[in-house]
Order: sequence, then structure tokens, then C-alpha cells
Amino acid sequence: MIHAAVHDEPEVHSRMAVLGRLRASDTVFRILTRAAAIAVLVILGAVILALVEGSLPALRAFGFGFLYHEQWNPVTERFGALAPIYGTIVTSLIAILIAVPVGVMIALFLTELCPMWLRRPIGIAIELLAGIPSIIYGIWGLFVFAPFLQQTVQPLLIDSLEPVPVLSTLFAGPPYGIGVLTAGLILAIMVLPFITSISRDVFDTVPPVLKEAAYGVGCTTWEVFRHVVLPYTRVGVIGGIMLGLGRALGETMAVTFVIGNAHRISGSILAPGTTISATIANEFTEAVGDLYTSSLIALGLILFVITFLVLAAARYLLARIERKVA
Amino acid sequence: MNANSIPAPEVSQTSVEAAGLAERISIADLGFYYGESQALRDITLPLYANAVTAFVGPSGCGKSTLLRVLNRMYDLYPGQRATGEVTFDGQNILSPDQDVNLLRSRIGMVFQKPTPFPMSIFENIAFGIRLYERLPRSELDARVEIALRRAALWDEVKDKLQTNGLSLSGGQQQRLCIARTVALRPSVILLDEPCSALDPISTARIEELIDEFKADYTIVIVTHNMQQAARVSDFTAFMYLGELVEFDSTGRMFTSPRDERTQNYITGRFG
Repeated sequence: MIHAAVHDEPEVHSRMAVLGRLRASDTVFRILTRAAAIAVLVILGAVILALVEGSLPALRAFGFGFLYHEQWNPVTERFGALAPIYGTIVTSLIAILIAVPVGVMIALFLTELCPMWLRRPIGIAIELLAGIPSIIYGIWGLFVFAPFLQQTVQPLLIDSLEPVPVLSTLFAGPPYGIGVLTAGLILAIMVLPFITSISRDVFDTVPPVLKEAAYGVGCTTWEVFRHVVLPYTRVGVIGGIMLGLGRALGETMAVTFVIGNAHRISGSILAPGTTISATIANEFTEAVGDLYTSSLIALGLILFVITFLVLAAARYLLARIERKVA
Repeated sequence: MNANSIPAPEVSQTSVEAAGLAERISIADLGFYYGESQALRDITLPLYANAVTAFVGPSGCGKSTLLRVLNRMYDLYPGQRATGEVTFDGQNILSPDQDVNLLRSRIGMVFQKPTPFPMSIFENIAFGIRLYERLPRSELDARVEIALRRAALWDEVKDKLQTNGLSLSGGQQQRLCIARTVALRPSVILLDEPCSALDPISTARIEELIDEFKADYTIVIVTHNMQQAARVSDFTAFMYLGELVEFDSTGRMFTSPRDERTQNYITGRFG
């Protein structure tokens, strides 16, 4: 080293200069990345702040009653969020109830059973399904899907389930076509690609030798899936379901088109209803008066909290599963 | 070595050691294809009951492929197919009407890397048993204990049967997989380089198990390790480039091989 310092003095100097420049650019880079990360926190905080501030007048006027009153009357300025909350949760539940089994089955078919030549077409179709803008689901739902349900599926459901005690209330007529069930079905189609592609990706992570071992003790495909693939991948699958649920809870456009936008809670899922996001989208332009606007912002805050709770519940669930495994 | 110069395999017809042993599995004119490429050619080989047969040969010679034919594991992959006959219990197991689930419960397999299922130690064993038998809890417990004892694992895990199988060490995991295999009461056990991922002590324990198992099962082992083949097997099949070069009792194979290639391989001159 000393040798080099004595004989190559100029070269060492130029190297120091280069290194100095690099170090400076590295510092800039580090500051930029940190700033980008902190910006997320700032934006999130600002959104929460704005939501809380905007909803204060409504929360002050109605208190906790805002959460459990069904009435939504712009004329008398009495607002309660129960109907939209109920609609949001029920449509999302219907969507998940349908999309999870179907999505997981598609993923299983794609990874375990599908012949090679069919894999790509189905995979691409799933991804295209995810790429369709929600407004298209909305107009398709209103002009094609809802009339179809009204004329064929719903009359059949109403007639055939009439003698069954609980289901007769759940599927009570008349067939409107649009309504909570229709919104749930459209949502199911919309979240299906998320659940499918995440499930497929995590199913692909199961080591082939583990599956071979299960086949090696004589398991059928179903048994391998049920006892080896699913336990091995459940964390990822639950993650996919939660992502789908998050999308279903907040989806606005398609739901607004087909849910009927009625501020009431009906025992029948064939009846029109509303969701939080559909209410906000529908009524923001006509919201005159501070209390009306503030009530809509309060709805947004509630949606924010629901989504947060779902994510937190998912985290908690995953943590519990991991602890049980370890 | 020139691949074209391989003559027909030499199989000793009346080996003294084989006298009195029943043939559990008979392989006749077996060919195997991965799509278009042929991986096995004209394999004819007896696998004797209550004996250990080792498949040896350089990498890519087809010994693992041959093992995977015996429980039809290749069925899982499209494009792989076998020709010829493999007779087990008087039936050609390659025929399409062979029930592969039943076959795999009778011909168990242990893999190169330990493959415990993502469940508790107890469930790892009980799972396979439950596929075939509805047993009351006490009987199931007994079967699990017997299997774990047979695999010399019981003393190490009896106090933590409910912990995850993945929490065991590599050697213990491999013995768990062996226990899982014997729990199904198979008649044949296939071992695909069962010790290649294990330390010498774990390897020694598994070799002891193989020796004990001879009394009850027919054992086929694929190994890269010539000393292991010499230690544990009664018969050895030397394979090269998808063909069976020589099959004989292990003693004779290692002392006076008839084929030059066998001699070169076991003395470490190639492979």
C-alpha cells in the first residue's frame, strides 16, 4: 500500500475524487428512497386527517347513532349509515363465498390437472378478466346480466326456495334483476382473477417431491391437494382472499350500476340495496348542505375503517396460523 | 466408453444366492421414454423377496428412472411412458387398469430429500393409515407407535408427537418418512438415494434399518455410494446409459465383475 502511495500519487488522487463523487450520489440516492417511503406515511396520515375532519359535523350531529340508524333522508337531514354498511358487507360476503371455491378450484386445475396446451389460454383469460375496467362490468351487469337474472335465474330461485324456511326469506321476490345478489355476483367475477392467480402462484411453490411423496403413499389428487398442497400454501391463499375481499369492499362503479341504490335493509338479497362506495359515488354531486356532504365523508371514513379491520384480521389470522405451525 | 459398443447385459441365470428366494417383482423387456428420448432399454431383472437390491451406475444411467417405474410415479408427468412388463403379484403393473393408489400403498417409496408433510409428527404417520383403514383412536395410536419404533424414531419423538414434522433434524425427518412408508404395511420399499442428504451418523442408522427391514420387505435402493451398495445390498444391478450391464449377487459383483465397464466403475475409474 505504501508502495503504491509513493509511486502512484496522482492515480490515487483521481481515485479518491471518483469515489467521492460516487459517495455523494449514493447519499442523494439514499435520501430519495427514504423520502419516497416517508411520503407514503405522510399521504396516509393526510387522508385519515381529511376524512376525520370532514366527517366531524356529521359525527357531532348524530353521534354513534350514525352507525346503527338505517334512515337516510336528505330532505329532513337525518342520516344513518347502517344500510350502506350492511350492503357493503353482504355484497362482499356473497362475492367471496362464490369466488373463493371457484378461484381455488381453477388454480388447482391449472397447476395439477390441466394439460400443458390448455394452461396458457386459461391463464391468459384469467389475467384479461382482471384487466377489464369496472365500468364495463357495470354496463354489462346492467344491460345484460341483470335482465338475464330477472327473467330466468331469480324466478327459479324464488319459486323453488319458497317452501324452505330461512331461504324463502333470503330469496323473497319480486325479481328486480338489479339488487344485492346481482352486485355480489358481479363482484365475485371481478375478484375471481385475484384469488385465482395468487392461488395458482402459491400452489406452484409446493415442491414437486413433496407432492410425489403424498402420491407415494397412495393419495388421490384430491387428498394430495387437501392434506399437502393446501396446508403448505394456506398463508398465501388467505392473502389472496384478503386482497380480493379488499377489492370487493371498495369496488364502486360496477356495484353502483347494478345494486339499485335503495337506502334500506331488506331480508331478501334479491331486493335493491346500496353500499358505502355506491352511495358516495351516486350522491356526491347532489349533496347540498354541509351535513349531507359531511355524512358522505363519514361513510368514507367507515369504509376506511372496515378495510383496515379486514386487513388487521387477516394479519392476526396469519400470525396465529404461523404460530401454530411453529 | 463408446456407447455403441455396449453388448447385451449379462445376467447370471442361476445365482447360488438367489436359490430359494422368491421373485417379488419381475421386470421384463422394460423400455422407458421421456417424450421422444429413450431413457431405459430392454431392462430384464428379477427383484427377490426379502433381499436388498441396489441399482448403481453413473449419473443419468437411468437407475432412478427405473425405480420410479416400479410405483408408476412417472404417471404424474405427461409424456413419460414405459413399455414392456413389470410383474408384481402376478399382475403387470404397467397395464392401464392397475390401480396406482393401491400399487403405491403396497410399494412404498422414500425420497432423496426428506419429505415430511406439513403436519404434526403423529399426523405424518396416521395420515397414510387413515387413507386405507378406519381405525379407532387407540388402535391408530398403536399403529403409529409401531411404525415409529420400526424406524427407530420413537424414543426421540414420543414426547412431541404433536409438533410439526418439519421441526425434526434431517436424519430424523428421513426416518419419519421411512416410518410413514412402513406404516402402510407395504411389501416392497423403494429407496431413492435415501442417505445422500444426510450426515454419516444418520446414514449409518438408516443402513441399520435397511438391514432389519429385509426380514419383512423386499427392498430396492438407488445409490451413488459404492461402499453403501456393498454394505447393504444382497444383489446389485449395474446400469449404464439406460441399459442394464450386469446383475449379480453383490459379493460376486464387487469381487469378480464379468463386464469390464462394471469393473471400471466399481474401482472408481469412471462415473
